[in-house]
Amino acid sequence: MPTWQLRLLRGRPGSPPRLETYRVELPAEAYLIDAVEKIWAEQDRSLLFRHACHHASCGACGVRVNGRERLMCITPLREFSPDRAIQVEPLRHFPWLGDLLVDVSPMMQWMAEIGFAIIRRDELTADRPLPGGIEQGTRFEDCIECGLCLSACPVMAADEAYLGPAALAAIERMLAEPRDGDTARLLALADDPHGAWRCHSAMECTAACPSNVDPASAIGRLRRRLIVEKFRRWIGGGR
Amino acid sequence: MKEASRWKRAGGWVDLRGRREGGLAFLLMRLTGIGLVIYLFIHLYVLRLLAQGPEAWDAFIAMAKSPLFLALDGLLILGILYHALNGVRVTLLGLGIGVPHQARLFWGVMTLTLLMTAVAVYAIFAITG
Ligand code: HEM
Ligand code: SF4
Ligand code: FES
Repeated sequence: MPTWQLRLLRGRPGSPPRLETYRVELPAEAYLIDAVEKIWAEQDRSLLFRHACHHASCGACGVRVNGRERLMCITPLREFSPDRAIQVEPLRHFPWLGDLLVDVSPMMQWMAEIGFAIIRRDELTADRPLPGGIEQGTRFEDCIECGLCLSACPVMAADEAYLGPAALAAIERMLAEPRDGDTARLLALADDPHGAWRCHSAMECTAACPSNVDPASAIGRLRRRLIVEKFRRWIGGGR
Repeated sequence: MKEASRWKRAGGWVDLRGRREGGLAFLLMRLTGIGLVIYLFIHLYVLRLLAQGPEAWDAFIAMAKSPLFLALDGLLILGILYHALNGVRVTLLGLGIGVPHQARLFWGVMTLTLLMTAVAVYAIFAITG
């Protein structure tokens, strides 16, 4: 069984963090989350990190692996070589709580404010017959609120007040399927210097997203809609 | 947040670690944009020589024909071309058009920029040399 080297960012707020190397024995079929859990279980119980589902649906295990935003639970160890340390750091642009843990509440508060729904109408089965006994197909929203996109976005680095790709994509989703939501309020949220207009099209959110949300395209659609609404108001004369 | 960490965070856009084509395109766009603004002021400063009569202007033109100056012109053209061509890319992407092709579009912008700069630099040295 190969021995993997992990270089983890360690520390607590108040003093500068340091990188520490750990060795763990695991088969190549294991995932990064297994390695980090094994270090926690066998070497250091004070290691802070977050996880729940182990299958890319809770969005809790986001970190930076060799600089790039990834979910630990779907990052296979076989991607790496045992000869070189795998560097694991916490996400950027969130308050740091220690080790690999960040406080994602700023993003979660926006998602709650937007009223982002978890269940959606299933467009994949919309025009297909459903099996007997099932009346309507529903499925989970693509966005698992992992925050990888916020960490990858360079604009997020420069503007703390920026709504960020996840929240803007959520607004766009809610506008596409409003479910009695207040669309005027959502549009006003997006139509702000720190909203849809702050994006500089660095495209890192879409590249980082593990769940095919494609926030960059969503922000583009949101802007088109805002422009159309603005023209309507001009032509309509006020309001 | 403390002042120091605030500044550190605000400078995060220059940090290319973990970023890909789109992040690099954004960084170069900003740097060329800032460079063009600086160039604009230098340009206006130099143009004021025109008000000081033909001698001052002719002396400047003689210097502007030196190889070092011509090379700087090449750099300027490189910056302008990148900024303008990527400006078209960013305008489309910003409206959600072509997002799945953004990395290829970036390399297209780069290729066009380099080709057009090469032609321009060749022309500059051919005309003045
Ligand atoms: C053909 C000419 C040009 C085009 C198509 C163009 C296009 C653009 C676009 C689309 C942006 C937005 C980029 C973003 O969202 O990150 C931008 C930004 C900028 N441009 Fe231009 N531009 C041109 C010429 C110029 C010139 C002549 C200057 C300076 C005198 C200039 C200075 C800037 C600056 C400072 C920025 C801000 C960069 C940032 O905030 O990241 N541009 N340009
Ligand atoms: S948009 Fe993608 S990267 Fe961003 S929080 Fe949602 S799932 Fe994560
Ligand atoms: S542990 Fe749930 S997404 Fe990774």
